[in-house]
Amino acid sequence: MTKVQLPLSKKESRLYMAFMWVTYISLLIGGLMGLLQTLVRSGKYTLPFNIDYYTILTVHGVILGLVLTTFFIIGFQFSLMGKTVGISDKQLKVAWLSFWVMLIGTIMAAVTILVGEASVLYTFYAPLRAHPAFYIGLALVIIGSWIAAFVNFRQLYVWKKAHKGEKSPLPAFMVIINMLMWFIATIGVATSVLVLFIPWSLGYAETINVLLSRTLFWYFGHPLVYFWLLPAYMAWYVVIPKIIGGKLFSDALARMAFILLLMFSIPVGFHHQLTEPGIDPTWKFIQVVLTFMVVIPSLMTAFSIFATFETTGRRKGFKSLFGWFKKLPWKDVRFLAPFIGMAAFIPGGAGGIVNASHQMNALVHNTIWITGHFHLTAATTVILTFFGITYWLVPHLTGRRLTPRLNKLGIIQTFIWTFGMTIMSGSMHIQGLLGGPRRSSFSEYAGGEQVATWINYQIAQAVGGTILFIGILLMVYIFIQLTFFAPRGVQEYPIAVEEDDAEPTPKILENWYLWIGITIALILFAYTIPVIDILKHSPPGSLPFDWPIGR
Amino acid sequence: MHLHKYEKIWLVFGMASLVLFLLIIGFAAFWKGTHPQSHIETIDPQNVEAHDAFKPENLGIREVADGKYIVNIVASAFNYDFGKDTEGNAIKTIRVPKGSTVLYQITTKDVVHGFQVAGTNVNMMVEPGHISRYEAVMKNVGEFTIVCNEYCGIGHHQMYGTVEVYE
Repeated sequence: MTKVQLPLSKKESRLYMAFMWVTYISLLIGGLMGLLQTLVRSGKYTLPFNIDYYTILTVHGVILGLVLTTFFIIGFQFSLMGKTVGISDKQLKVAWLSFWVMLIGTIMAAVTILVGEASVLYTFYAPLRAHPAFYIGLALVIIGSWIAAFVNFRQLYVWKKAHKGEKSPLPAFMVIINMLMWFIATIGVATSVLVLFIPWSLGYAETINVLLSRTLFWYFGHPLVYFWLLPAYMAWYVVIPKIIGGKLFSDALARMAFILLLMFSIPVGFHHQLTEPGIDPTWKFIQVVLTFMVVIPSLMTAFSIFATFETTGRRKGFKSLFGWFKKLPWKDVRFLAPFIGMAAFIPGGAGGIVNASHQMNALVHNTIWITGHFHLTAATTVILTFFGITYWLVPHLTGRRLTPRLNKLGIIQTFIWTFGMTIMSGSMHIQGLLGGPRRSSFSEYAGGEQVATWINYQIAQAVGGTILFIGILLMVYIFIQLTFFAPRGVQEYPIAVEEDDAEPTPKILENWYLWIGITIALILFAYTIPVIDILKHSPPGSLPFDWPIGR
Repeated sequence: MHLHKYEKIWLVFGMASLVLFLLIIGFAAFWKGTHPQSHIETIDPQNVEAHDAFKPENLGIREVADGKYIVNIVASAFNYDFGKDTEGNAIKTIRVPKGSTVLYQITTKDVVHGFQVAGTNVNMMVEPGHISRYEAVMKNVGEFTIVCNEYCGIGHHQMYGTVEVYE
C-alpha cells in the first residue's frame, strides 16, 4: 500500500463537505419524523395540521434510508479516493455534477412527499401510485449516484495507469467494490422505476406487474443494506487500527472479505419476499442459502478486528489474557462510537439470521421486530460508525480539530444513542414477537389483551425515540461546531498501513473480470428461472390506485 | 493468501455451523414440507368473484370435514370481507374450536395487503393477481387479532379482524 497520504485540496474538501451537509440536514429532518412517529404510536399524541402519519413515515424512510446514507457514503468514499488515489480537476467537476443531480432528485422526491402526493413509503409498492415527480426524483438520486460511481472507477483507472504493477490502495479497492455492488444492484430498481413505474404513473401504461416490480425492488433492497454496511467495514478495517495505534491485520483478507460481500449481497432478494404467494418455494430456499454465505466474510471481519485489537495491545506490552482489551482507547470517541456499532452488530446479525430463515420468517415478517432489527443494524451499527467517522473527517476537511470538549460531547452522544436505541429497538423486537405490526399508525384494532400489550411497548418506543432525538440534536450540534467553531488545526485522517513484514497480496484479488464475472453468474443463476416464471405466470396487471394514499 | 491458525479454526467452526444450520432448515423445508406460503395460483384482481372461493356467498368460515375449516377472505382497502351473517351484518370475528385445522385463503381486489393472525404462524403477503393460502392448527384458546401488516394506504391501521378459538 502506498505509504503517503495525498493532501486534500480546498476545492476537494468543499465537495466532500457538501455531502456531509446534506447528511446532517437529513439526520435532523428524518430524525424529527422518527420522533413524531413514536409519539403518534404511543397513542398519547396526534399530529397537528392534519398531517398524516404515513406522510411522515414516508419522509422518515426516504430521508434516512435512501438520502442520508447515500450522501454520507458517497462523500466519505470520495474522500477516501482523494486521499489514496487522488482526483483530477475534471473528475472533481463531474463529481459535483453527481452531487447536484442527487440533490435535485432528493428535493423533488421530498417536496412531493411533503405535499402528501407520495405517501407510499420508501418501498413504494405498486399498485399504490404516487405523483410521477416522486419516481422521477428517486431516479435522479440513483442516476446521480451512478455518476459518482463512474468517477470513482475512473479515479482508480487513472491511478493504476500511473502506477503499473502496484496493487491499488486498500481503501480505494474497497470503495470500488462498494460502488460496483451499488451499480449492479441499482440497475434493478432503476429498471423498475424507469420502465414500470414512470410510464404507469404518467398514464402511458395502463397496468403494472406488481410481483415483477416487487422482485426488482428487492433485487436492489438487500444489496442496499450492504451498501450502507460496507463503508462501516472500511472504517473498521482501515481506520480503527490506525486510531488504536496499530496496523492492518491483513490486506489480502480484507480484500477477500469485500469480494465475498460483493458476490453474496445481490442474488438474495427473495429472503425479503418469503411470504409472497407468487414465487416458487424452491427458489426462495436457494436464495436463502445464498443469503447465508455472507456469514463467511462477516466472521472473517469479526476475527480481523479483534485480532487487530489484541495484536496492538500486546505490542504495547499488555500481557494478561484480557489486558489488551481494557487498554483500548475507550475515551476516544473516534474509537468508542464505532466499537459500540460493532457490538450492536452481534445481536443485529443474529436477528438477521432469524429473518432470513426460510420458515422462522413467518413469525416476524412485517412485524415491528423487523423495524427493531434494522434500527439495530442500520441505525446503530452503521450510523454510530458514520458518526465515528464524522468526528475526524469533518475537522480534517474544515481545517479544524476535535477538541477534548467535543470528544467528550461525542462520548455522551454515543451513550445517549446506545441507551435510547436499546429501549426502542428492544421493545420493537419484543412487540414484533408478540405479533405487533410495523408501518402502522396508532390503532386499538378490535381491542383485547393482545393489543393492550402492544401499546405498552409502543409507549416504551416513544421513550426510546425521544432519547434518540436528543442524541440527534447533540450530534447536529457537534457537526456545526466541527464545521464552523472548533479551533483551527490539523486533524489526522487515520488510514492504517500494513506491517513491514506483511506477506504480499495475491494478484488474483484484483482480477476484476473474474470477480464481476462470478457476481453476474450468481445473479443469473438465482434470478433467471424465477423471473421467467413470474413473467410466464403473471396475472392480469394492476390498475393504479390513488385514493388509498389520500391523493 | 495467509490465514492465521486461529483464524482457520474460527472459520472452519463457523462454516460447519452454517452447513448444519442450512441442513436443518433444508430438512424442514423439503422433507417435512414446511415452506413459506407459495401456491403460485393467479386470479384476475378486477374480477375475484369469478373464482369459486371468493364468490360473496362463499366468504367466511366453512367446515369442510370434522375439525377442518376453510376461511375465504377478500381484502380491499381498508377491510377484510369475511362474508355476512344471517342478519346481513358484516362478520368481523371468525370462531373455531380449539385444535381445528384452518385453511386461510385470501386475495385482494385492489392494492397489496398483509394478513397476519397475530400470535400464530399465519402471516402472508396478499397481492393483486395472486391467491395466498396458509393452513394452521389453532392450538391455543384465546382471541387473536388479525392485522393487515403491509401498508395499504391511510386507513391501513383500521384494517383488522379477530379469530376466536374456544374450548
